[in-house]
Amino acid sequence: MAVNTDKNSYTILFAVVMVVVVGSILAFTASSLKPNIEENERMEKQQNILYAIGINGNEGPSDISFISTSEVAEAFSTKISEQLVLESKDGQIIQVMTREDYMAANNKQEPYLIDVKKQQTRAKEGKSRFLPLFVGEMEGKTVYVAPIRGKGLWDEIWGYVAVDENMVVKGTFFDHAGETPGLGANIKQRYFMDDFYGEHLLSESGAFKGINVAKGNNDPKNERKEDHAVDALAGATITGDGIANMIKKDLKLYLPYFQTLKNN
Amino acid sequence: MALISKKDAKLITDPLADNNPITIQVLGICSALAITAELKASIVMGIAVIFVLAIGNVVISLMRNIIPSKIRIIVQLIVVASLVIVVDQVLKAFAFELSKTLSVFIGLIITNCIIMGRFEAFALGNGPWRSFLDGIGNALGYTVILIIVGFFRELLGSGTLFGFPVLGDPIEKTGVYAFGYENNGFMLMPPMALIIVGLIIWVQRSRNKALIED
Repeated sequence: MAVNTDKNSYTILFAVVMVVVVGSILAFTASSLKPNIEENERMEKQQNILYAIGINGNEGPSDISFISTSEVAEAFSTKISEQLVLESKDGQIIQVMTREDYMAANNKQEPYLIDVKKQQTRAKEGKSRFLPLFVGEMEGKTVYVAPIRGKGLWDEIWGYVAVDENMVVKGTFFDHAGETPGLGANIKQRYFMDDFYGEHLLSESGAFKGINVAKGNNDPKNERKEDHAVDALAGATITGDGIANMIKKDLKLYLPYFQTLKNN
Repeated sequence: MALISKKDAKLITDPLADNNPITIQVLGICSALAITAELKASIVMGIAVIFVLAIGNVVISLMRNIIPSKIRIIVQLIVVASLVIVVDQVLKAFAFELSKTLSVFIGLIITNCIIMGRFEAFALGNGPWRSFLDGIGNALGYTVILIIVGFFRELLGSGTLFGFPVLGDPIEKTGVYAFGYENNGFMLMPPMALIIVGLIIWVQRSRNKALIED
């Protein structure tokens, strides 16, 4: 039977049936795969945090590999000695919570699963914001890992920065949702991330200064550690600025905590 | 040769040269400019497009007699978009590492005009098997150009291939850098990809005059 595919009624019927069919296929795929995807994302967060404090599966000098998924849960529970949650409002820390306190008050949500983007929105609405801080050890000293999040050229970029008690960077991990391969996507390369090692976030007087991703920095071997700048990536000005911005905005909020840490 | 007749084989070989989607049909230029700054990205994108175009072509070809012509473009868009989403979700669930590498490309595939172009020009008028071959052929033709462009851009722009330094170390001044050679950072910018594609078109047409339009 030949169908007259030009009729309006047929067109509308076809559109309706197609939307229903496609919609159910997509909904079915999404919901049946959701547990697997969430589990993968949870492990990835642990891997990222551990990467920032130097626990990884790297072999070569340009290799970026995480600790394997079979080991990550144990490594995370042993190497991260504490998960603190700082409640911050108007640039001040109003409360420091332990993992247990936070979980009891927030539906048993683990602090490392705190959605930084949601917290940023809360801060914009004038509410207090939860800042997770993971305490670990590196080179025999205590280091603190903080998550950061911001905007690149096309999409979101995020990362984890490990600092010591003087807010000197000890390790970083950056990732992105959709930066241009070969240009902005290079923020996820070792030569970019490793450049941050040893850079100071604070000026000599102790004020927060951040780290610029600077063009014409003219320091390709990154020998100057106190210039608050690392070399920019060719062809990725906006992604680089995004990195500098998220470091400035998100890490600045932790400054009061480090000041009290020093005074004690 | 029972599987693929001579006529069908042309569907694969033609797009590799004389009917190349990028240099002759001038489709898919946008992604060819965006992601060819390194060779690895070019190859990954090529493989992803081969997969989506081959399957998409078959799906559209199977539906060709029932698609209302008034909304055929929308139908094509929905087919390619849902294919891409399903692939993305499955990768995220079962091959997470791979999906991290591919995520950017997966989004870009939807905007690739070769896909819409082949749906519209071929799959709507041909059977599933021929459409499948046409999809493979055109995606391969696209991949070949991406690899050529990616090779030159990565070599001249970063001095590396697949991320391995092949020309020496630009900071320590070893290899060719010892003689004063510098990487051309301009090669990393999308406009240079357009110029390389232009050069390929020039070479191809001067070798085969039949391709020159009036």
